[in-house]
Parts: sequence; C-alpha cells; structure tokens
Amino acid sequence: MSKQIKAVSLISGGLDSMLATKAIMEQGVHVEGINFFTGFCVEGHTHAIRKKDKDKPKRNNSLWVAETLGIKLHIIDIIEEYKDVLINPKHGYGANMNPCLDCKVFMVKKAKQWMEENDFDFIITGEVMGQRPMSQRRETMPIISAESGADDRLVRPLCAQSLPATLPEREGWIHRDQLFDFSGRGRKPQMALANEYGFTDYSQPAGGCCFLTDESYSKKLVDLWKARGEKEYDLDDVMLLKVGRHIRPRPNFKIIVAREDGEARFMQGYKKTYINMNCASHRGPLALIEGDASAEDLHLAAQIVARYGQGRDAELVDIAVRDIAGNESIMQVKPFGVNEMPKDWFI
Amino acid sequence: MSQFELDAKRLLCPLPVIRTQDKIKTLNIGDILVVTCTDPGVMQDIPAWSRINGHQVLKTESGEYEFVITIEVGE
Ligand code: SF4
Repeated sequence: MSKQIKAVSLISGGLDSMLATKAIMEQGVHVEGINFFTGFCVEGHTHAIRKKDKDKPKRNNSLWVAETLGIKLHIIDIIEEYKDVLINPKHGYGANMNPCLDCKVFMVKKAKQWMEENDFDFIITGEVMGQRPMSQRRETMPIISAESGADDRLVRPLCAQSLPATLPEREGWIHRDQLFDFSGRGRKPQMALANEYGFTDYSQPAGGCCFLTDESYSKKLVDLWKARGEKEYDLDDVMLLKVGRHIRPRPNFKIIVAREDGEARFMQGYKKTYINMNCASHRGPLALIEGDASAEDLHLAAQIVARYGQGRDAELVDIAVRDIAGNESIMQVKPFGVNEMPKDWFI
Repeated sequence: MSQFELDAKRLLCPLPVIRTQDKIKTLNIGDILVVTCTDPGVMQDIPAWSRINGHQVLKTESGEYEFVITIEVGE
C-alpha cells in the first residue's frame, strides 16, 4: 500500500486558505491545519472586549474553517518569537506597521518545522499572486519559499499553475491540472470556487485580520516605542493598544480612557498594574495612566478624564485616583473644555 | 483516569484554547480536564476546538464572570 501523503495548511480563517486546503484534500491528501497567534490577530479579543461587537457571532474563524473542512487545527502561540519579526523586519513594513513579507517567511518556516516534527510531506498556503501589495507578488513568492527553507515543499494551490512545479507535483502526490492560476486582487474566481465547494458562510474581513495593517493601531504602537526609547512590547501592551482613547499630553505618560462599558470592564483587570482614575462625583469612564507621571501630571490627567464624564460642564469635579496598591485619593479638578485639548495629544 | 484543572482566567481567546490544547497534549486518553475562563468566547471556541480534535466536552457552566468547561481527552 502506498504511503498516505500528508500536508499541513496555514489556516488564517479567511476564504483563500480554506479553498487552498480543500483543493488539496480533494486530491486525497491528508491535511491538518495550523494557525499562528501573534497577539495582533483581530480574531477573538476585540469581540470579547468591545460591547458594540457583542451582537455579532463570536466564532473563531480558523476553528470554523477547520470544522467545516473536517480537519484538525493546531493553534500555535508565537507571541514571543514574533517580536523579532515585528521589531526587525528584514524586508521592512507595509503601508502601516505590518511586516507582511517577514511575517509570511516566519510562519512558513514554523510550519516547516511542524511538518518535519510530525512527519508530514508538504505545506499549503492560500497565497494568490498579486493579491497583496507587499507579500503576495510574483517576486515575493520565491523569497518566501527560499527564506523559510520550505523550498519546493511549499504549495500555493490557488496560483500553482503560474509557478514552477513543486516537489509534490513532480512526485505525482498532487496533480497540477487540478490546481489553479488565480491572480490579482479580484475575488470572483475565489467566490466561484467557494460556490463549487458549497462554502457559503465564510468570513471576508473588510479590514483584514491583523491589527498591524490598521493605521490607528500602528500609530499607537509607534508612539509606545518612541515614548519608551526602544522597540519593546509585551502582551499587555498589545492588548491595551486595542482598547480606549489614547491621549499623550506629555512625553512621559499617556492616558487610556475607556470608550464604553465593555472596555472599562476589560481595563479593570489592569488596575493592579497601572495608576487609574475615574470621576467620583459624576458618572465617567475608567482611565489608566501609563508611564511615569508626577503629581502635576496626574492633575492634568484628571482634568482630561473629567472631560469624558458627565461632569464635563461642571465647574469642579472629584476624580478618584488609585495607585497600584489600591490606595485611593480624591482630586478636585476643573474639566478641560472640548477645544482646550490640542489635537496632537490624541494618538 | 485522572482529573486536572486549568486556570485560563483573564486570558482572551484564542489564548484559553491554546492553553487547553497544550495541556491536553500532556494528558492521557480518558483523563478529565476542567478549564476555568473569564472570556465568554470560550463557550464557542473550546467546544469547537474539542470537536475538531476528537475530545469530548462533558459539561459547560456559565456564571456571571466565570465559564467552566469540562473535557474528556480523546484520541
Ligand atoms: S497582515 Fe499581519 S498576520 Fe498577515 S502577513 Fe501581514 S503582518 Fe502577518
């Protein structure tokens, strides 16, 4: 009996990797999925934090894809290792802080390692030539194969016919004529193929599935690095950049003001890590103070926080300020007027 | 067969799923794992992950702030 050929597929939760996986499964290959969690994935977190998203189903798209395809999914935490990719990308950043090409190389390299450890034969990605300006171009395809070390064991079923034959094709494990030659940014061929496979409820995230492609998030990340004087971050930083209004009135500290109850509830978990405040005399949001703030800075922060509460028009309001040990003091401040806060304080 | 506990409180999805997956890798078939979480997203994600990977969710309990999922390790 011939050996069962096995492939590991990078599952992002989007349609392309779902189709690419299915195309290989159709050829009798045993496929398992792998999904990498960088910390910057839009999936999950924001839905859990922000109340306004509560009505949407909170499914994890990669799990949904795996279940629909009937394959196993291995989710790998790469938060720590990913730092080097984001901080020192050899190929630079895209339009925002997205190091897409280095990221792809890194993920395929990790998939290759997994393939070898688990005795699999090749790797599948849902890449389409010309789909993404940075990482999915004709010139980048060989870079990803070579720098990841996956070489000709990396198969892109959706555009394979436009690329040199890979090892699985040459060995006859899969047939080239049952692969595709999709290219460009259009989605029609993918949608037609989805239809053919009977996939209907797939996810097409408008803003992508990674916070690093988001302009506002990227600005906050750059601000954080600038304020610290070094490109460093931990998971709490990554999470907190996703919530609240970020206001930096002085280089040495910033204020994160919750925009809604869901964010405030999430930020409660950081009260033992950051000095925090909220309005005591009126209803108002929770705010965290990040950085080294002096007594004078805290007064300024309190005036800002007061501006976001229901006491914004009052002459004076009471702001409760708590240190990380939970000791509380009350500060009486005059709220900032709407136009009193310079625009460049807002990150 | 033994019972194990996993504290995945304060973690947001997919981290509780990843911790569950990594813990289950160290267990034997038939072992029971009780995972406690605070992200309500786990009520969808952990059962979905378990179905995909051949483990059985025996019980899910939702409190006001905590969600507890009991899983029997499959093959
Ligand atoms: S969008 Fe994000 S996850 Fe996707 S390749 Fe770019 S950096 Fe990586």
